Amino acid sequence: MRRLIFAALAGGLFGAGLLVSGMVDTLKVQGWLDVFGDWDPTLAFVLGGAILPMALAWRWAERRKVAVLGTPVPARHDPRLDSGLVIGSLLFGAGWALAGFCPGPALASITFGGWGGLVFVAAMLAGMVATPALRTRFTPAHT
Amino acid sequence: MIEPDWIWGFVGGLMIGLAATLYLLVNGRIMGASGIVGDLVDGSGRATAAERLAFLAGLIAVPPLLVPLYRGVDTHVSSNFGVLIAAGLLVGIGTRLANGCTSGHGVCGISRLSPRGIVATALYLLAGGLMMFLARHLGGMI
Repeated sequence: MRRLIFAALAGGLFGAGLLVSGMVDTLKVQGWLDVFGDWDPTLAFVLGGAILPMALAWRWAERRKVAVLGTPVPARHDPRLDSGLVIGSLLFGAGWALAGFCPGPALASITFGGWGGLVFVAAMLAGMVATPALRTRFTPAHT
Repeated sequence: MIEPDWIWGFVGGLMIGLAATLYLLVNGRIMGASGIVGDLVDGSGRATAAERLAFLAGLIAVPPLLVPLYRGVDTHVSSNFGVLIAAGLLVGIGTRLANGCTSGHGVCGISRLSPRGIVATALYLLAGGLMMFLARHLGGMI
C-alpha cells in the first residue's frame, strides 16, 4: 500500500512540475526545438532544474543499493548503444517536434487538452502496443 | 534579461526532479513516463501494474486540480488530427524502441551520466530540431 501511495505522490508531483514549468504547452516545447526561428530556451531551465536533485539522488541510491521500500536500485544498463536506441530516439524526436508533446506532458494534460490531446495519446499508446511486433520483425533477436 | 517563464521552468523542473528522486529513493524505480505507461499497455509490466497505475493516476489527476490557479492554461495542441496521429505513432514507437523518453533518458539518464541516456537525448534533440525546421520553415505544416 505504501508503495502505491508513494507512486501516486511521485506521479502527482511530476504532473504538477510539468504544469508549473510550462511543458504542457506544446508551443513552448516547439519553441525550444525551433532553433532556426524564435528560439525559446525555457526547456533548458526545466531540464537543468530536474537534473540537479536527481544527480544527488543517484549518488545516494548507488551507495545504498536498496530503495526505502526494499526494491534494489536499478542496475546500470549495458552502456553499449544499439540500433533501437538510435533509431527510436530519432523517431521520437521527430514526433516530439510535430506535436510538441512527449509522453509525460501529453498524459499530464489529457483532462484539459481537448480532443487533440486525446488523439495524440491514443496514437501514442497504439504505437507502444505495436512496437514489440515491429522490434522482432526489424531487429535481430538478442543472442 | 531573465524572463519569468525561465524561472517557472526551473521551479517546475525542480519539482520534476524531486518526483524522480522520490520514485527512485522510495520505490526503487526509474521515473520514465514512456516506460511506466508502455510496459503497462504492451503487457510486459503486468507484475508491477498497480504501482504503474498509481503513478499514472497521480500524473493525470493532479494537474487539473492546479489549473484553476492559472489564468487559462492552454496546451495549444494542433487541431490537425493527421499531424497528431503521425506524431503520436512516432513518439509511441520511438520511445519504446529507444527504451525511454525525455524523463527516462533526459532527466534520469543524464543525471546518472548514463552514456545511453546522453546519446538518446542528443539524438532526439537533433531529430526534433531538424523536424521543426522541415515542418515549420520548409513545409509550413506546424
